[in-house]
Amino acid sequence: MYWQKEEECLPRADLAQLQLLRLKNTLKRVATNVPFYRNKFNELHLDPERITSLDGLRDYPFTLKQDLRDNYPYGLFAVPLRDVVRVHSSSGTTGMATVVGYSKNDIITWSDLVARILCAAGVTPDDVIQIAFGYGLFTGGFGLHYGAERLGASVIPISAGNTKRQIQIMQDFKTTALVCTPSYALKMADVMMDMGVNPNGLSLRYGLFGAEPWSEAMRLEINERLGIRATDNYGLSEVMGPGVAGECQECNGLHVNEDHFLIEVLHPETLEEVAPGEVGELVITTLTKEAFPVIRYRTRDLTRLLPDPCPCGRTSVRMSRMMGRSDDMLIIKGVNVFPTQIESVLFEIEGTEPHYRLIVERENNEDKMTVMVEVVESIFFDEMKKQRALVETIKKRLASELGISVQIKLVEERSLERFNGKGTRVIDKRQL
Amino acid sequence: MLVEQIAVFLENKSGRLAEITAVLAENNINIRALSVADTADFGILRLIVDKVEEAKTVLKENGFTVGKTTVIAVEVADKTGGLANVLKCIHNANINVEYMYAFVNKTGENAVLIFRFEKMEEAITALKKDGFTILTREQICEL
Repeated sequence: MYWQKEEECLPRADLAQLQLLRLKNTLKRVATNVPFYRNKFNELHLDPERITSLDGLRDYPFTLKQDLRDNYPYGLFAVPLRDVVRVHSSSGTTGMATVVGYSKNDIITWSDLVARILCAAGVTPDDVIQIAFGYGLFTGGFGLHYGAERLGASVIPISAGNTKRQIQIMQDFKTTALVCTPSYALKMADVMMDMGVNPNGLSLRYGLFGAEPWSEAMRLEINERLGIRATDNYGLSEVMGPGVAGECQECNGLHVNEDHFLIEVLHPETLEEVAPGEVGELVITTLTKEAFPVIRYRTRDLTRLLPDPCPCGRTSVRMSRMMGRSDDMLIIKGVNVFPTQIESVLFEIEGTEPHYRLIVERENNEDKMTVMVEVVESIFFDEMKKQRALVETIKKRLASELGISVQIKLVEERSLERFNGKGTRVIDKRQL
Repeated sequence: MLVEQIAVFLENKSGRLAEITAVLAENNINIRALSVADTADFGILRLIVDKVEEAKTVLKENGFTVGKTTVIAVEVADKTGGLANVLKCIHNANINVEYMYAFVNKTGENAVLIFRFEKMEEAITALKKDGFTILTREQICEL
């Protein structure tokens, strides 16, 4: 099943032609409408008119997450705000939010691309699809919602949380496809057991999972425990949201919607293209976005391309599921967390350079983060009441900064190993 | 009137208390009184010692987080109601006790009560008014 067969099965040569045309248009549009890009292109004497091959993109500068922050909120929009019909923001991180916008056409394109991914995963207009991604500034909920409606499936916009109710509704409404994070799918399986619900008695057949890293072992566990076929899909708000890439029923890599996104896989340090099949950082240029195009956006996600043709008939290149990050970002309960955020909260409270360690674990299929904090004189009290109040203060400040709850463990001064320079302060014990 | 006390942060792991006492012993520091407050995760050790600054320095050198605060030491006869009388006085003055601990001196005649009050100055005034004996650190160390 395809949603847009012609585009999805376009011969590679035709695809390259289309990409070049769209790339040129995008570069011209950002050079005209976005001062940030115009200035950068001028500095490097780059003229989009002169681009004659896709390789020409290599001369163009990268766009970083920091560039999005520096231009907060609307600085990188390529259309006037009156033409923007939707705004989303990156997940969780209040202090470092980035804002993206969508024109009317962008919403239609986005819906079509998500519909493609749903189709590829096996979903049809006859399906009842339960969307257990959060609805709001996060792109996951609305992205899948619009795509599922576009496809013509029956949408249950339940949003995230309240697992028992999710399962009740799944039973009563005869849900056939589930959309959520892979860890939440496993949590649902746990809660079903507690509730005495037999997953084999449900109508559930498909699961579309994304928004966090997972593994083949997790896929097998989900398939077995929920009696479904689980597929992976990928997207990020800076580029669009879900719909950038998704797996077909071969379950062997994610098809990239290449007619809308030009991807490069680069060595994270040299920024040279890696050999086909080697792991590198995914860099994305949007080809059709109107309101918020990005040029060579460094996703920091590590993947590798699977260049062989796929038996499903789609001609688009596939990439492996995300294999990690090229920076120190952590994804905890679907929320992006940077160690530097924790560092700055601790610095404010302690008044000195904090020594801390982050321990990330997965307990009962739920992410749990513990921050180990060395007790220095400025945060040590002889009164237990005050010492415990400090723990609560750190907890609250971190929860409001990160958008997720954390555990705090106070440890003795100098008990955490010291690192010189780039040492990692993160211990990720999650077995994906 | 105020007695200096040192407090040490303790992670809940075996042998920490032993290490602290060993460090103090090696440096010829005598512990006059101590108490440990603990939770599941960590504890706070409070000590009254004969050489405060030295104790603080050597413990810090050995990697411990050390704080210094002041407490009030009240001497009462080691008899029924000794503590009750002191607390009654404090209660009447509307003062909260943050924490307290106690020891009995060598002769066994008197008990020494160590207090940290919410309002230290007011507590001294109230205790003095009711005629309680407040000890200095030197007096404690001589006991």
